[in-house]
Amino acid sequence: MVDYPGAANPPFRLSMLIYDRRYRSLTIQAVVFILVMLFASWLIDNTLKNLAIMGKTLSFDFLFRRAGYDIPQQLIPYNSDDTHLRATTVGLLNTLQVAILGCISATIVGVIVGVLRLSSNWLIARLMTVYVEIFRNIPLLLWILVILAIFTEVMPAPNAYRGENPAASMIMFDMIAPTNRYTAVPSIGMSNPPGVIAIGREGISWAFIAYVTVLLLAYLGHRFLKERAQRIQDETGNRPTTWWIILAMYVLPVLFLTWYFGLHLIPPVLRGFNFAEGTNLDNAFVVLWLALTLYTGAFIAEIVRAGILAVSKGQSEAAFALGLRPRRTMRLVVLPQALRVIIPPLISQYLNLTKNSSLAIAVGFMDLRGTLGGTTLNQTGREMECMVLMMGIYLVLCLVISAGMNVFNNSVRLKER
Amino acid sequence: MKKSALFGSVTVFALAASGAMAAEGDTLKEVKARGVLNCGVNTGLVGFAAPDANGNWTGFDVAYCKALAAAVLGDATKVKYVPTTGQTRFTALSSGEIDVLARNSTWTFQRDTDLKLDFVGVNYYDGQGFMVRKDLGVSSAKELDGATICIQTGTTTELNLADYFKANNMTYQPVNIDSNAEGEQQYMAGACDAYTTDASGLAATRAAFADPENHIILPEIISKEPLGPAVRHGDNNWGDIARWTLFALVAAEEYGVTSANIDELSKSSQNPEVQRLLGTSDDLGKMMGLDAEWAKRAIKVQGNYGEIFAATIGEQTPIGLARGLNAQWTQGGLLYAIPFR
Repeated sequence: MVDYPGAANPPFRLSMLIYDRRYRSLTIQAVVFILVMLFASWLIDNTLKNLAIMGKTLSFDFLFRRAGYDIPQQLIPYNSDDTHLRATTVGLLNTLQVAILGCISATIVGVIVGVLRLSSNWLIARLMTVYVEIFRNIPLLLWILVILAIFTEVMPAPNAYRGENPAASMIMFDMIAPTNRYTAVPSIGMSNPPGVIAIGREGISWAFIAYVTVLLLAYLGHRFLKERAQRIQDETGNRPTTWWIILAMYVLPVLFLTWYFGLHLIPPVLRGFNFAEGTNLDNAFVVLWLALTLYTGAFIAEIVRAGILAVSKGQSEAAFALGLRPRRTMRLVVLPQALRVIIPPLISQYLNLTKNSSLAIAVGFMDLRGTLGGTTLNQTGREMECMVLMMGIYLVLCLVISAGMNVFNNSVRLKER
Repeated sequence: MKKSALFGSVTVFALAASGAMAAEGDTLKEVKARGVLNCGVNTGLVGFAAPDANGNWTGFDVAYCKALAAAVLGDATKVKYVPTTGQTRFTALSSGEIDVLARNSTWTFQRDTDLKLDFVGVNYYDGQGFMVRKDLGVSSAKELDGATICIQTGTTTELNLADYFKANNMTYQPVNIDSNAEGEQQYMAGACDAYTTDASGLAATRAAFADPENHIILPEIISKEPLGPAVRHGDNNWGDIARWTLFALVAAEEYGVTSANIDELSKSSQNPEVQRLLGTSDDLGKMMGLDAEWAKRAIKVQGNYGEIFAATIGEQTPIGLARGLNAQWTQGGLLYAIPFR
């Protein structure tokens, strides 16, 4: 090797930033970074300048002023005297409600349809294909509006239930009254109600806590019994029968609590303009939920189908060869491997559903977009603040969902040893 | 060390770059350069602003847009109508998408100050009412306890409704809707017992029904709703133009200037007030950057305030609104044009 002075440590020259491979990529990265930062700061600065020209300042004080408007759907107590912050919270909870329930139901629909689409039954498989293609290829907003139109135009008004010879009659033993505003269902009453723990203006009934505790205990017992059965099976080869004990553990305490609290159904009664006594399930919510479920369900069905098809046929054949029955093959061999393919695209479907729920405004469901990004924005005129806040909340919400799903994904993915 | 230098350069560059960017607020110049007036109107409220069968916008608010375009650009057809909902209207105005908002918008303290708008006057004195089906058997808003009520979101009516029911210790279930058309559909389907908005809007909505005789507007007027055109806060000259165009229409009615006699009056009228209004004497238009005949052109488009009212929402039209509070002050109403002097 020829040795010449300066070869190991050449003096640094500026031109080396471009011509020397060791520095070139760093230079490019630095330039791109500066350009991106410049663009971002230009945007922010421009925004602040234009706000200043309009005489507006960035301030979130409005959140603590009286909201003054009413919200039809509320999970926590709210009235028009509350602040915009509480209105925003009500909206956020509505968003969460429809997003969570939507994700659950869309997954159920998606899994069923996805599996059925692979069915050997020609008719069922084709029907599922039709469902998937129809819902996947028509914009969600149209589905929401179509379902809303069906609900408002086809269902009777509450008035139709009135009188000696009403035009409409309640269904399910006079318990449920579908109307074009809401579906009136029975509410649950207690003739021997326990106390309520007050948390602020909300309260949690002791009855609820009692039920949760009982079910939790039953679940622990269930797990213990299962482990014990497994142990006995491992030792003796005979698995003791446990199903009736498990069933009793769940059912008996629940029945006892129900009897103790005197739980009963209060059927809805038409009083004045509307049904009272029972619970009124708002059509706006039902329509949005249904539309989100059916729309996202179609996408999930395709993901599930792809996941199942991705598991090589040799896997199930090998399982059959080992003597596993088809159900166990599906549960123990195919599904765990399919999940690895299903979960990542499923996460983005959940995120889509959550974001799509902001179409709620089309049916007058007051979600985050309807409260903070709708009425609050409009009444206070704080467009910038409301938009920034709303985008921030959606961002955090989606990141949380995605983080949670990633944890789940890690637990099912291929463990390399 | 390297990092701080980097951020330092970023800051400097940012300051330099942003110096070049500044929004200017001369709406008159912008409109003249563009050659078209962007006028924010309702998405469709018959009588006030709605496209007719040929797609031409007509109505009470549209007439104001036309008058303003005639005053500024000399051509009443040079208007781009931007339909806005209760939710989008103020954002559209403050973002500069529209030059003036003529969309049954209520003048309130908070909108005038906090929302940085300038209401240039009142072109319709209104109040909030309720419409119900006749067969509901309701004759007063006080009987609406427990009712389901359709309400446009983002409006003052939404706040009035909450206040009214609270003050009267009644409950209601709101159904939030986005536009008048949606409200009409929900109300007709019976998804709400009552529809509430400004009484003029109710009359206009009812006029478009197939069976207007089966619906009544309840006698209670639960709020004051002074409706008027609005401009952005800060451009005073443009605000002046918008304000005095409105006053010109009102003053024209007071002085008996109509679309029919305006040409004749501008030549022959001996009334100094009329002469100033029509630009025969004193060049008032110049004081706000327009020519002498700006008001004459504005009035000529669809006539004075009274003519516009009669042609779009008056008693001879299907909407059938009486002048009421919107009569001239000389007739016992509230319309009072500030002197042209």
